[in-house]
Amino acid sequence: MAAGPATPAQGGGRAGGRAALWGALAVALPPLLALAAGAVLLAALGKDPLAYYGYVLKRGLLSPTGFEASLTRAAPLLLIAAGLIVAFRAGLWNLGVDGQFLLAAVCVAAAAPPLAAAWPAFVAIPACFAIAVAVAALWSLVPAFLKARHGINEIVSTLMTSFLGIGLANVLVKLPFNDPATTVPQTATLPVEERLARLGDSTVHWGVVLAAVAVVAVHLAMTRTAFGLKLQIVGANPRTAIHAGLDVGWLTFAAFAASAGLAGLAGAVDVLGVHGTIRADWNPAYGILVIPLVFLARFNGFAALAFVFLFAVLVIGGESAARRLDVPSFFVLVLVALLMLFFAVTEFLGHILGRRG
Amino acid sequence: MDALFTEAFVAAFFFGAVTAGLPLLLAGLGEQISEKAGVLNVGMEGMMLAGAYAGFAAAFLSGSFLLGFLAGGLAGLAAGLIMALLCVVWGMNQIVVGIAITLGAEGITALLHHIQFARSYPRLSRVETWPLPALADLPWLGAALFDRHPLVYLAFALVFALAWVFRRTQLGLNLQAAGDMPAALDAAGVSVAATRIAAVLAAGLLGGVGGAYLSTVGGGLFLPFMTGGAGFIAIVLAMLARGRPLWVLLGALLFGASLALTTALQVAGVDIPTDVIQMLPFAMVIAMLVAFARHSHLPPALAIPYRRGER
Repeated sequence: MAAGPATPAQGGGRAGGRAALWGALAVALPPLLALAAGAVLLAALGKDPLAYYGYVLKRGLLSPTGFEASLTRAAPLLLIAAGLIVAFRAGLWNLGVDGQFLLAAVCVAAAAPPLAAAWPAFVAIPACFAIAVAVAALWSLVPAFLKARHGINEIVSTLMTSFLGIGLANVLVKLPFNDPATTVPQTATLPVEERLARLGDSTVHWGVVLAAVAVVAVHLAMTRTAFGLKLQIVGANPRTAIHAGLDVGWLTFAAFAASAGLAGLAGAVDVLGVHGTIRADWNPAYGILVIPLVFLARFNGFAALAFVFLFAVLVIGGESAARRLDVPSFFVLVLVALLMLFFAVTEFLGHILGRRG
Repeated sequence: MDALFTEAFVAAFFFGAVTAGLPLLLAGLGEQISEKAGVLNVGMEGMMLAGAYAGFAAAFLSGSFLLGFLAGGLAGLAAGLIMALLCVVWGMNQIVVGIAITLGAEGITALLHHIQFARSYPRLSRVETWPLPALADLPWLGAALFDRHPLVYLAFALVFALAWVFRRTQLGLNLQAAGDMPAALDAAGVSVAATRIAAVLAAGLLGGVGGAYLSTVGGGLFLPFMTGGAGFIAIVLAMLARGRPLWVLLGALLFGASLALTTALQVAGVDIPTDVIQMLPFAMVIAMLVAFARHSHLPPALAIPYRRGER
């Protein structure tokens, strides 16, 4: 497991059952080391690390508004994580989620206002979800085709279609979907009352629940159903899959469509739940941030749920701290990178200990 | 439109194409070396960004572009060292480590920029060139190719040098073997780890210098996230070039031209979103892949860590 495998699915196996103590350490150690190294960096920048971390915790998790903001931010990230889990477990490096996300988000942003005006919400919102899934899944057809038919590495093709999708999304916002009533190029704004309903008195929309359910459902589908097992076999060893009589080509298309569809759904939830419109050149690039988190979670849906939520806390708290303590929010990027590096180190140590034992 | 295609305009366009393409060329060549040896360097974006920051900071503080390129190369090399340690020596997953390096470089360079330059946004003056006699005065292409900083000449020379190394030297064979069949290289008594470490370090160095060129000569300033996906484009270029440096050059110039065209059309007042032009190279490549693709050829051991005796 410490070994960087050729395909993601091979990396998703269970950690060897060495000692429970080491198992607990392996989970707890990387975040602690990352926070410690981050503290050193903060001190070097002349900031008080304890004050920073305390403030992040307070504004990202402990204050009601911060907690709600973190939950809201987690929604698109969770759906993207669900999409990545499908792809990675099927042995497909879908590095094009940002393009799939943005293209779907832009199409939903354009479709939502007229649909919401014409139909009641219980029809309009599912219709928007369907549009998002369809657009993103369609966008994944090309990499899926190239992979299934010609064996072309999906890393290159998904990266290229991602750039292409981001460009196309911008063109759509600037030309056909542009709202002439605004000065900055952006899509028509969905009225607040037409957006996803809030949960109780909070500011959190129900897309968060949908996202959490999606991650768990994807986890169960991948681990407990025949379809998921088939995808995992393709991911673990495509040749075995062929010899087992599986239709690898079709499964590749299905995995890509599911992965991209979930990324598209993330776009829909972000637009319908939070933004209501998309401005030109908006690209949050969630994908590249979620990929490490999903990997840290070892493609496990429940672990991904926890990691993504903690990351959202870090982002929301970090944004507040940026305004208050003058530590730019980029610091969160450094923390994630440190987390990954210490994760790597811990895995390596675990591998050595496992070999000795 | 006729007035648009004056010689001065076209010469400026070619000049811009080479300027924009050079970072991609250097990073693409580095990525190619690394991929040939079986290491998929997803951290190229981070290496370029580290080089861009270090290069700009050094050039700004010292006033010397040469020191800037050196500092950029060293910063890329440092990122390459991390990658080599984690991915080659420890056998970690290359894609995940690469993304971590990219995120880390994005965060650190943005932080440093925030502390040092965010209030003043200093700019560098134009780089001095070493025009080649006679050639520099050629119409259309003279200024673009022959009135340049020596680094540009070096980069072009590197394309042919690498082609020679790959085809004619033991080192080239070793690199190829490290990516195609590392066990065979090991059996022949050559260290797979050393070969791959060297390849990753070369990638870091070239990516760093490319990033430094981007910030010092291309932009004249450093901005957070300024590479804007150039490292990922370099990965795409290296993979599409299938191990041939000349194809990296062609691809880099194609992308450079599309970036320069964006500027040129804005200057000419043509009103189409710049995104359209920047999409063109990707659209072309994908159309070509869909229409003509046969099985892609990548090193069979790409992204697989080597451990002796393991199958």
